[in-house]
Amino acid sequence: MNKEQYGKIVKKNTPKEDRFLNALKAFIFGGLFGVLAELIMQFLRRLFNLTVLDATVWMMIIFIFFACLLTALGVFDKITTFLKAAIIIPITGFAHSVTSAALDYKQDGLIQGVGSNCFKMAGSVILYGVISAFILVIIGVIINV
Amino acid sequence: MSSILFKNVYLNDEATIVGPYEKNGQISFNNYLSDFYDNEKTFEDMEIKMQRNVLDNLLFKNNMHPEDVGIIVGGDLMNQITATSYNLRDYDIPFLGIYSACASFVESVIVASNLLETKFFRSAVAITSSHNLTSEKQFRFPVEYGALKPKRSTFTATGAVATLLSNKESKIKVESATIGKVVDFGIKDTFNMGAVMAPAAAKTILNHLQDLKRNINYYDLILTGDLGKVGTAILSDFFEQNNKIKLRNHLDAGTQIYTNEQETFAGASGPVALPLVLFNKILKQKKYKKILVVGTGSLHSPVMCNQKHTIPAIAHAISLEVRP
Repeated sequence: MNKEQYGKIVKKNTPKEDRFLNALKAFIFGGLFGVLAELIMQFLRRLFNLTVLDATVWMMIIFIFFACLLTALGVFDKITTFLKAAIIIPITGFAHSVTSAALDYKQDGLIQGVGSNCFKMAGSVILYGVISAFILVIIGVIINV
Repeated sequence: MSSILFKNVYLNDEATIVGPYEKNGQISFNNYLSDFYDNEKTFEDMEIKMQRNVLDNLLFKNNMHPEDVGIIVGGDLMNQITATSYNLRDYDIPFLGIYSACASFVESVIVASNLLETKFFRSAVAITSSHNLTSEKQFRFPVEYGALKPKRSTFTATGAVATLLSNKESKIKVESATIGKVVDFGIKDTFNMGAVMAPAAAKTILNHLQDLKRNINYYDLILTGDLGKVGTAILSDFFEQNNKIKLRNHLDAGTQIYTNEQETFAGASGPVALPLVLFNKILKQKKYKKILVVGTGSLHSPVMCNQKHTIPAIAHAISLEVRP
């Protein structure tokens, strides 16, 4: 039996993922998070008389705080099994990846452990986030000229 | 020829411990821990503690002291086979460390049986362990990270098993063994361990039958290690298409530990999965006389997987003869 024939057997016996259902869940719950974020922003703006920019920052801080707290309490990973990508794609997922890596390495010391490992997964988000922001700014400048 | 016949090696006793998921699964275990830490500071410490627990239990049950054990052979899934080596620093026993991922249990029995045949050692202990969260940490994502798992992925079993072997006659004879060859059928998917290991299992089973001139129906049961639901289906198709053999007497240990309600996807994996099922279910049923035990291990390294290499696998087999 060669690798191609074997590949066919593997494909036949490997269960398919419910991609559509997962995407639908992520869409609905992700949308609800968007609504929640908007509500929090409006609330902050009315209550503290903040500008839209300031209110956005505070709303994000609130989301990050709860993502970290729920990760530390050990429930965030259980929530993701229900909500799928809805909670991983927004800033909550980023905060979660940093906190969970930091928790894993807390016994390995502050420098060799937490310090060098907490951006293990978030590192690529930061790097490619900065690069894409840079490219977008250049495109923006060219268009505006 | 990759098979060995043993004249005089017996499995005398075993000691088992399991974690919380296994305890709530299909098989009832007497010795279990209710959480992943069990008052230890880290998961690594907990895995070492499980190994100590089974080794102490085994020695206690057989009225032995550490100096009565001729040699200990064993390994686990952590880098530098940490759990085994760190546990054994507290015992005055000669030690050979081995690694073949989830085939480690069978490999350690093969090495121990060979050493016993030389008659230089009076007794040998084969030991292995795995911990769901130490291996998650090592091979996949941080423990608390909510990475979504596909249905084809397996769930590393938590537990430890120590087995006492000697020339002293018992009901379970280690009759022969086949040493596996490294097999690679071009699978790159680190979630689909069943697909990686199934051809290794098939190859070792076929080599065993060929070397010893036996028919597949010679065995009452062929027990594979941790192929899971996906790997079991693949193995059966592989035999049917490649060798025109229908696998009727096959059971996979990975499918026997958890219930469907537990979110464990395709089933259990890890070096302990096989001995857990062998000792706590198969041998207790007293239904089978001739059992071929095939440990399957995926030899993947996260570094090589990141560098886009395909995943090699290995399977080792021992044949057990059980007397009523």
